[in-house]
Amino acid sequence: MTAGMPFYVSPEQLMKDRADFARKGIARGRSVLVLGYDHGIAFVAENPSRSLHKIGEIYDRIAFAAVGKYNEFENLRVAGVRYADLRGYSYDRSDVTARGLANAYAQTLGTVFTQESKPYEVEIVVAEVGRDAESDQIYRLTYDGSVADEHGLVAMGGASDQIEERLTEQWQPGLTLAEALRLAVDGLAHDPAGGPDRELGPDQLEVAVLDRTRTRRTFRRINGDLLGQLLSDDDPTDDVPPVDHDTPRQAASNPQTQRHGDEPTPDAD
Amino acid sequence: MTPVPDGGRLPAAYLRTGSSSFTDFVAEHEPSLIPSRRGLPPGATIDAPHGTTIVTLTFDGGVLMAGDRRATMGNIIANRDMEKVFATDEFSVVGIAGTAGLAIELVRLFQVELEHYEKIEGTLMSLEGKANRLASMIRGNLGMAMQGLSVVPVFAGYDHQSSLGRIFSYDVTGGCYEEHDHHSVGSGSLFARGAMKKLYRPGMGPDEALRVAVEALWDAADDDSATGGPDVGRRIWPTVALVTAEGARFVADDAVAPVVDAIIEHRRGNAGGRRDGSAS
Repeated sequence: MTAGMPFYVSPEQLMKDRADFARKGIARGRSVLVLGYDHGIAFVAENPSRSLHKIGEIYDRIAFAAVGKYNEFENLRVAGVRYADLRGYSYDRSDVTARGLANAYAQTLGTVFTQESKPYEVEIVVAEVGRDAESDQIYRLTYDGSVADEHGLVAMGGASDQIEERLTEQWQPGLTLAEALRLAVDGLAHDPAGGPDRELGPDQLEVAVLDRTRTRRTFRRINGDLLGQLLSDDDPTDDVPPVDHDTPRQAASNPQTQRHGDEPTPDAD
Repeated sequence: MTPVPDGGRLPAAYLRTGSSSFTDFVAEHEPSLIPSRRGLPPGATIDAPHGTTIVTLTFDGGVLMAGDRRATMGNIIANRDMEKVFATDEFSVVGIAGTAGLAIELVRLFQVELEHYEKIEGTLMSLEGKANRLASMIRGNLGMAMQGLSVVPVFAGYDHQSSLGRIFSYDVTGGCYEEHDHHSVGSGSLFARGAMKKLYRPGMGPDEALRVAVEALWDAADDDSATGGPDVGRRIWPTVALVTAEGARFVADDAVAPVVDAIIEHRRGNAGGRRDGSAS
């Protein structure tokens, strides 16, 4: 045995070491929750920063949420926006799907996990809002490129298992946005070690929705007063204000079809 | 030209940090998708549909842009209901004259450029930033313009910093100039500009601005065979977009039709639209 000879490490051990490494990195961060509500999909992150986002818009009906190392998931987010914009530009806006993007992310994470010196320390969700709650799609991707097709509610990051366990019993289809957000905050604020719940106000939260009642860009950030009203038990506000269906967000579309984009929308009661 | 990543994984270019410009990304990654990267055989000229007249003017609280609906190819009317005014994002619009196919492609690219920047940076681009991005796209098209395929846009938007509607014009070399009060581009623009000079008043409201824009297009169509007037028989009216602090929106046909009717009534026996006496 000469000094230059590498030690033999079994593939099982190698993969396990990498997975442990990635898992440790991810578990250090605060959690992010993605959950369906009656008019869309809500994203809730504990994030005191106003500028370093964990949640982002990818395309008309697709959003992204992540936990882990900021520079790594920010890279993936930008790559997702480039993927979606390029695909929509060369084909059509309707040809950009969360499934396609989730596949591309899965291949990328999987290749990095097995071939590069260190895996990405991230966990991400790609979600696409459908015409109704049954056609919503939520894909959860882990550091090794595994994809899971989720329904209803997903928690990622630090204490995600406990949060998911706690909230899955309470989540049900058809919640209003206010109910869904209060449930999410309850999950994030709960101390799994049994201590008292923490206080999480609008300032410590990053919240966004994919709102299916909008016709083109459905992504919308919720903050400030509106978030305060939605989280308050006494306030009657239970959803984002309805949109005027002739907003420029829809008008700014394919030049040839810009004035004919009236898609059927579900009733906004 | 397929954006399907190699082996299913996102190519390295997607994951590179740096530019928030979609055009720069595409130019590097899929250059064939950029209109200006396509060369024509030297010396060749081709006949392609041309868009004609766009007028734009500021009013109290915003800016209005209107375009006729005609595209011509030589003496042929290639299209009689083409849209030539587009919303490029929430607070800006662009109108196009010149080679229609190229111009529409350029507008699509510009729309994605603005949305892409907004998503990556998390903030809207400044109005001047948008005007400059459009200038660099026009500049890239100079080679095509020299072979007869020029695109001449006019860009207008609401500037939140100054709380005003502003207008920017371009030349084929990508020169970008801010215009005051009103501007017009396209084959009928000389006549439209003359009309707007006489009809424009500072501090007009949006309804008056609409009337001025439609009347200027009427005058353009009166003297320029390539500009289409309102088509009463087919009920085809000019495209009209307004940009205010609330955003860009299109004026519904139902609101344009009465304006056209009023102009027709006014011009009966008064083809030049002369204003009598103290009536402005």
